[in-house]
Amino acid sequence: MNWVNITLQGILLGGLYALFAVGLALVFGVMRMVNLAHGDLGILAAFIALALVQSAHFGLLWASLLTIALMFGIGYVLQRGLLNFTLGTDDTRPIVVTFGLSIIIQNGLLLGFTADSRGLDAGAVETASIHISNQLAIGWYPLLVFIAAVAIITAVQLFLNRTKLGRAFRATSDDREAAELMGIDNRHIYALAMAVALVTVAIGGIALAIRTTFDPTTGPFNLLFAFEAVIMGGMGSIWGTLMGGIVLGVAQVLGAQVFGAGWGILCGHAVFLLVLALRPSGFFARTVTT
Amino acid sequence: MSLLELQDVSVFYGDFQALFSISLTVEEGQTFAVIGANGAGKSTMLKTVAGVLRPRSGRVLFEGEPVDQVSAHKRVSMGISMVPEGRRVFPSLTVEENLHIGAYGGRKGDWNLESVYELFPLLEPLSKRQSASLSGGEQQALAIGRALMSNPHLVLLDEVSLGLAPVVIKRIYEAMVELAVRGTTILVVEQDVQHVLTVADRVACFLEGRISLLGRPGELSSDDISAAYFGM
Repeated sequence: MNWVNITLQGILLGGLYALFAVGLALVFGVMRMVNLAHGDLGILAAFIALALVQSAHFGLLWASLLTIALMFGIGYVLQRGLLNFTLGTDDTRPIVVTFGLSIIIQNGLLLGFTADSRGLDAGAVETASIHISNQLAIGWYPLLVFIAAVAIITAVQLFLNRTKLGRAFRATSDDREAAELMGIDNRHIYALAMAVALVTVAIGGIALAIRTTFDPTTGPFNLLFAFEAVIMGGMGSIWGTLMGGIVLGVAQVLGAQVFGAGWGILCGHAVFLLVLALRPSGFFARTVTT
Repeated sequence: MSLLELQDVSVFYGDFQALFSISLTVEEGQTFAVIGANGAGKSTMLKTVAGVLRPRSGRVLFEGEPVDQVSAHKRVSMGISMVPEGRRVFPSLTVEENLHIGAYGGRKGDWNLESVYELFPLLEPLSKRQSASLSGGEQQALAIGRALMSNPHLVLLDEVSLGLAPVVIKRIYEAMVELAVRGTTILVVEQDVQHVLTVADRVACFLEGRISLLGRPGELSSDDISAAYFGM
């Protein structure tokens, strides 16, 4: 049994969770909205990519890029046309509406794709690994997903810190009304934030679909993991999602190793509750803006 | 043509009527002061001009054009800029970032980081500081500088002296005079009558949502003003 190896697998798995979590954190940070359909939207992206590969005979790379672009547009329209109207005085409205959206997406996918488990095939990269020693090997694919997660989180953070539009995101997050008095249209800012969030979760959904199998009901599981990563990282913190994802991934993989395969996810939840008890505001108790 | 004209403007919060058929005009280059007690409707009027609130009846004209249906963020690019009550700087942004946000609307003009730092030299050494860590006076200077960054035609100032030390208030009013000299039109709302009358060309006193007095500060006696202010 090689603990280093197992811990490493957990860290890399954390990258996948971070891909699901970062969009959730961005949306929460910018507009204080909890999107319960976030996981389902990631799975929707996976199905769109699958359909493009199987029916339209795109290569996986082109199908993924097209899906990501499509999810950007879906995010913008969804926020501008629907979710913006749920924001305001009552915090429960966006929760109820996105919960409904989650059910609609799942059932729509069931109608269109049935309940069968599917997978996306990325070819040889899925099984290739880097041999470090006799007991230590890193899979290329989990490593690539992890690198993608770090790259995306870096890009989102740079966007928020360094660009004019990112500055407008942070100003809107600080004080929506004052931002509007500075000439910032918050409906547009919110729509862009959701569009970016769905780009990240589309990448997460496709990465998940290559790594394992998925079906129309896979979304809520990933939403739960993403929530745990976001909360452990600190609500709204972008880098915190990577930290939270890694802690969750390591806890799950180690738990499965120590107690048996069925216990991994439970161990993840237990560690989450422990972190919540010891550090209720998360590792990076900041908002998206800092 | 007046720069700003309110015609019979009535504004409601739900069933509560805050403004009753207010009419007033602000001419180009004027410093127009609106005074009145707490709850008289001064800030409501200012928010209606900024576009945060919409009148239920009446019209708001800016440069002769009706702007009632124009949303707040679009009015900034038309040249209306507001310093909101309570300063409302963006706490997690640095001083410089706050000023950049002021320029988001993108109107061309004389105001930029340099000229704002010239008007408020105290801001320049603070430029990299998070604005949450600034004192009240520094935040007020920042809020005014931020509003100027959009190169406004009309500046709306809401209770800019509230809660500030006398020496800071003095500096803020000096800045206001400098703006007036540059030809900026200012519509300022204040509870503190003393200071604002020294800079105003015209003053309106609000009482319970109506204009109780309108005139030039020099032509109004302090008895007139306190009668209009308190409704006696």
